[in-house]
Amino acid sequence: MTDFINALVVLSNFILVPALTYGSQLALGALGVTLVYGVLRFSNFAHGEMMAFGTMITIFGTWGLQALGVSIAPLPTALLALPLGIVGAVALSLFLDKTVYKYHRQRKASPVIFLIVSIGLMFFIGGLVRFIIGPGDQIFFDGTRFIFSARDFKRSTGLDEGLALKMTQAVTIITAIIVVAAMFWFLNKTRTGKSMRAFSDNENLALLSGINPDRVVMITWILVGALATIAGTLYGLDKSFKPFSFMQLLLPIFAAAIVGGVGNPLGAIAGGYVIAFSEIAVTFAYKKVVTYLGPDSFQPDSLVQLLGTDYKIAVSFIILVIVLIVRPTGIFSGKTL
Amino acid sequence: MKKLALAVAAASMIAGAAQAGSHMPSEVRLGVALGFTGPAESLAADMAAGAEMAMKEVADSGKLFGGAKVTPFRADSTCTDASAAAAAAERLISAEKVDAIVGALCSGATISILQNVAMPNGVLLFSPSATSPALSTLEDNGYFFRASPSDARQGQVIAEMLQEKGYKSIALTYTNNDYGKGLADSIQSNFEAAGGKVTINTPHEDGKGDYGAEVGALAQAGGDILVVAGYLDQGGKGIIQSSLDAGAFDHFFLPDAMIGDSLTAAIGADLNGSIGTVPGTDSPGSESYKEMFTAATGAAPGPYSDYSYDAAAMTLLAMQAAGTTDSKVVKDHVFDIANAPGEKIYPGELAKGLEILANGGDIDYVGATAVELIGAGESAGSYREILVKDQKNTTVRYR
Repeated sequence: MTDFINALVVLSNFILVPALTYGSQLALGALGVTLVYGVLRFSNFAHGEMMAFGTMITIFGTWGLQALGVSIAPLPTALLALPLGIVGAVALSLFLDKTVYKYHRQRKASPVIFLIVSIGLMFFIGGLVRFIIGPGDQIFFDGTRFIFSARDFKRSTGLDEGLALKMTQAVTIITAIIVVAAMFWFLNKTRTGKSMRAFSDNENLALLSGINPDRVVMITWILVGALATIAGTLYGLDKSFKPFSFMQLLLPIFAAAIVGGVGNPLGAIAGGYVIAFSEIAVTFAYKKVVTYLGPDSFQPDSLVQLLGTDYKIAVSFIILVIVLIVRPTGIFSGKTL
Repeated sequence: MKKLALAVAAASMIAGAAQAGSHMPSEVRLGVALGFTGPAESLAADMAAGAEMAMKEVADSGKLFGGAKVTPFRADSTCTDASAAAAAAERLISAEKVDAIVGALCSGATISILQNVAMPNGVLLFSPSATSPALSTLEDNGYFFRASPSDARQGQVIAEMLQEKGYKSIALTYTNNDYGKGLADSIQSNFEAAGGKVTINTPHEDGKGDYGAEVGALAQAGGDILVVAGYLDQGGKGIIQSSLDAGAFDHFFLPDAMIGDSLTAAIGADLNGSIGTVPGTDSPGSESYKEMFTAATGAAPGPYSDYSYDAAAMTLLAMQAAGTTDSKVVKDHVFDIANAPGEKIYPGELAKGLEILANGGDIDYVGATAVELIGAGESAGSYREILVKDQKNTTVRYR
């Protein structure tokens, strides 16, 4: 029995908790991508760098608050600075929409043009972030690090294996639940949310029924800026802030959005967890788990690992390819790409 | 009478020829081929200054071949461009007619110069700073030496240290490049040869945001200690942080590229009790070199400047011992002057060494870096044993 619990603890410590955290971060990112796709009808490659931009503003806010001596310990101060980061990211999004996307929208450019434009903006925002804060690591986490650490867990339960829960992991999961709930309430219950969905379903019909397209576009960018900043800040708090890692995050985020069904908010969230759990579960070494669950005195020589951790990023690719072959509209049937 | 005159003339001619044969060169021309441009350019300036300091000391003493000049010729070997390195060395040999070359800085450039230029032309190559284990086994016909230890040697030292501290099994992760792989393989083979167990030897990429998956695999493999052959500002830090967060490992071994104040500051108290190694020596030569360099240039010497001084000094001392600048002869005298027996020679005492050699005596060049040549002509290398105590890197001893 103890062996069974030990195996469970190993799985929770190295798969369940990290994957829930990572999945929440991906889900929030994918939600932003899927909103742009659903309403504005293009794949926004600049989303990863927008996350970095919003996070950067949040970091500056955090440093300002720390200098003033403001603290909400045990929670990280960055949560308090989050609104500032959201304002910054929203302002940049609206500015870029007015100066860049609006022109192409008026010319009714094809989605491919928008996609290329967003790649250009990705490099622009990426350069901007590196220019302002630099390419290096920034640590802006403060407050209590652990809710309980592996050592505490072992001592209080008497088990051989430890389970750690970091403050940032708990904050990430709880924030993600709140944000997603608020998002669905907004889309399903409010008038503005309904008009956005109408616009997404059928643009011409929506225009005929008197929906103001400029307003819908503006609301979308506000939501996208907010989601990007929240996702980026949670990722930065939990791991570390480095402009380059946000560009790398783009692939799993897109994979999550497409797997779930691009344009479908529910699918984006499901996709985020599917990608996170597969990335971590496929590259995990199950040696200890097998040792605990297998018959007595059975110990595998190998690591019982399906794929080396170097291939982690390939897992999102494989899932992406499989989904596109088997079910091109994604799990929750969004729009076909 | 006529016959006698002829005999005298012939004898004097023979004597003259004999004298010409043993005639000492009046100038020694040394190439200084370092990576003045490229990724290691920040090191090159102080290294060249160190090498030229040794040459000036020798020339000023007036003891080399009874007062020969020593002229340095600089060339840019770059760090990663093998063809540029070979071209630079080719120019030194064909245009400047150098007798030997001090260089190159990086392992890649050094291998290129050795294979394309130094070996075919039979010119001695003495690198101050190339540490790749590949250079130990590369065919060099005896023309290549280095003042720095091979990374293979560090692996040996690390394996010894781990054994002494009683670690029976280790988990090993390295930064995915030539340095990391070479060092990790060396640690593994040495540790296993000594009877230890390496549970896992796996690479990690630098510059990622999250090392949870890597640490997951390391944790499942288990081990008494985690050896992190990475960089302190890169993946190495991420691995250690993730390991501590997940409670996977409590103790870490930190090889040379992981030793620095930024790591102890970033990780904090959890790093206390971890151990490591970094090249270094407590030989009195190290201090006196620092003083000499500071007095001459007004600034403290950068990394590998001391190794460059030693490389140039040993080249010149070996020439003195050989009595010629011909690399074919000089290469057989490098070991004699570098190792015991003989009078110990420290930085600033090159004149004394030259004098002893001129009188047919023996010297044991210690220099600024406590040189002891081993194997195929590389420094045995001494290392500083590090213990992280109260969030500071402290020196336990030298080995």
